[in-house]
Amino acid sequence: MPKPLIAMPNSAPPGALPAPSGNQIARHPSRAQQLVDSAFRRVCYGFAVLTVLLVVFIVLRIALAAGPAMRQYGVGFLTGTTWDSSKGLHGILPEIWGTMYTSVLALVIGTAFGVAVAIFLSEGYLGQTVFGVLKVFRLHLHPVWGKLPDRLEQLLRNLVELLAAIPSVVYGLWGIFVVIPLIRPACNWLHLKVGWLPLFSVDLSGPGILPAVLVLSIMLLPTITAISTDALVSVPPKLRMAAYGLGATRWETILAVIIPTAARGIVGGIILAFGRALGETMALAMLVGNSNVISVSLFSPANTLAALLANNFPEAGPKQVAVLMYAALVLLGITLLVNMAGSVILQRASAELEGGKA
Amino acid sequence: MSAGNPSISPPAMPELNPFAGVDFSELERSLRRPRTLLSVLLSLLVSGMTLLALIPLFSVVWMLAWRGGKKLTLEVFTQLPPAPLEQGGGFGNAIVGTLVMVGIAALISVPLGIMSAVFLEQAKESRFAQVVRFAAKTLTGLPSILAGVFAYGTIVLLTGGFSALAGSSALAVLMLPTIILTAEDAIRMVPAKMKEAAAGMGATQTQTVWMVLLPTAFPGILTGIMLAIARAAGETAPLLFTALFSNYWLLSRGRLDLMQPTASLAVLIYNFAGMPFENQLELAWAAALVLVLLVLTTNLLGQALSRRQVQ
Repeated sequence: MPKPLIAMPNSAPPGALPAPSGNQIARHPSRAQQLVDSAFRRVCYGFAVLTVLLVVFIVLRIALAAGPAMRQYGVGFLTGTTWDSSKGLHGILPEIWGTMYTSVLALVIGTAFGVAVAIFLSEGYLGQTVFGVLKVFRLHLHPVWGKLPDRLEQLLRNLVELLAAIPSVVYGLWGIFVVIPLIRPACNWLHLKVGWLPLFSVDLSGPGILPAVLVLSIMLLPTITAISTDALVSVPPKLRMAAYGLGATRWETILAVIIPTAARGIVGGIILAFGRALGETMALAMLVGNSNVISVSLFSPANTLAALLANNFPEAGPKQVAVLMYAALVLLGITLLVNMAGSVILQRASAELEGGKA
Repeated sequence: MSAGNPSISPPAMPELNPFAGVDFSELERSLRRPRTLLSVLLSLLVSGMTLLALIPLFSVVWMLAWRGGKKLTLEVFTQLPPAPLEQGGGFGNAIVGTLVMVGIAALISVPLGIMSAVFLEQAKESRFAQVVRFAAKTLTGLPSILAGVFAYGTIVLLTGGFSALAGSSALAVLMLPTIILTAEDAIRMVPAKMKEAAAGMGATQTQTVWMVLLPTAFPGILTGIMLAIARAAGETAPLLFTALFSNYWLLSRGRLDLMQPTASLAVLIYNFAGMPFENQLELAWAAALVLVLLVLTTNLLGQALSRRQVQ
């Protein structure tokens, strides 16, 4: 707390009752006010403690509930490939494989497009193009038309953010009725022609890995774009000017100066998006096919950890709950690790850039 | 120029034209040069990819407007979900369910979040504050389905049944980190001189918080709350096995009952999307349109508030 800037007329020691006076602007807080103050501070502290306890409680709750299943199945749970509750056989290797496979593929597509959009936004292409068009019509200094480039840039930024605001269940619905019918003929043609490639070894019979990956990558794009744009924009402008001054073209500057400088921020964003992909449930549960198969084929149905939980929890008996809690614990462990790695990298990236600016 | 390097500096030139040896076409921008060509091609590629990335957005909006708008009548808002093969029907109970559950979740998470943020702002960089901040960031990365698993493990197993309360506590877990982190940012943005002026007037910390910090930071805090609400309203995974679903109103014997399975728009979309009946599918699209409108309005309202704060 900073020291009071104005000397108080009655500089009573803390805790003492203030001198009663009618028209003073500043006076010492009354006893009641001090009590309220300390009580309020304790409440705030208590709520902060509660937040920390909540995280601990979530982890403990899931771990404790998974206890019986952990004792029963041990590490074999992670390597088993059958899920048959009637026989008491439970293994989640297909789910782990499906989670990783769909997330990595979606991340590759999402990164390619996400970084491209981030470059498009941070370079101000749209604004420059519109400005050029306006200049042809000599409208670039017009009081209304002249604002168009900035407005359009803002609109584009909002549109990309809008992608993130659409609920995942709506993406799932869209995937079922738009993406699957759209890609199915192409997929089956590929299977017919180059079916000997393991990637295309199965027919796409509806839901499968490819539609799930496509929809998932659309959902990851806004995360990657937002964090990458931040990283690209915060590259000190003098670096760009120095590169231009040396005669570099725009893309030589982007590839050799700006992206390497912003690399850590971009990588942090990609890792956070990866964490998101691992935990994403609805779009995958609706599109991935929910069958326990390990296959590299893009057209084969598969399953993910989150989809397994979503499908089995509503009808789970007490025994199955323990098994599902074990699966949830595995998912929790993986996502927490990935997210921590992402935020550590992002923190270092911003510290580095701030150090560079000074 | 200084005569720093006499071996390179040319002898005095007698020619009149100092640019005689310069090829000016070299200095012009020309697509025939591979470097420039590459640059232009990459620019086009990036523009094309951006355009391509926006197609899904337009496709989603178009499908929502076309397939959802077709079915969007007044009765959809007032009627109960239809049984299979039944015609008509609506999702009035799901709208009420979503609103009630998100409302309760906000009632839990908003005070908790704002108080924690106040603590974080006052405690600055103390070790415990860093622990709290870390906890909030960890919660941000928590997959939404695990919030559902947590609520299932605590409330559903404890009370012995699916309920609106379990659903809203799962949503509250998801809303909390957004509220804490944005509220802390907003409180931090309050100019230091305002805090110092309050202290100079002899205000206690509590008075400073209630009369200076929170009113000044209010638009920012509200933005965070709106974003959290928008996210929670669209969540499906945490509700699937906490609130489950119901074909009836959230009432028992004419009174509001929070301890029974509750319908929500998101779960309705999920359930109906897998059904082979045309009527249910149309209702799913209409519900998706209503849900997206609900989420977007809240979201845009929140963003408008934050823009006003910046100005």
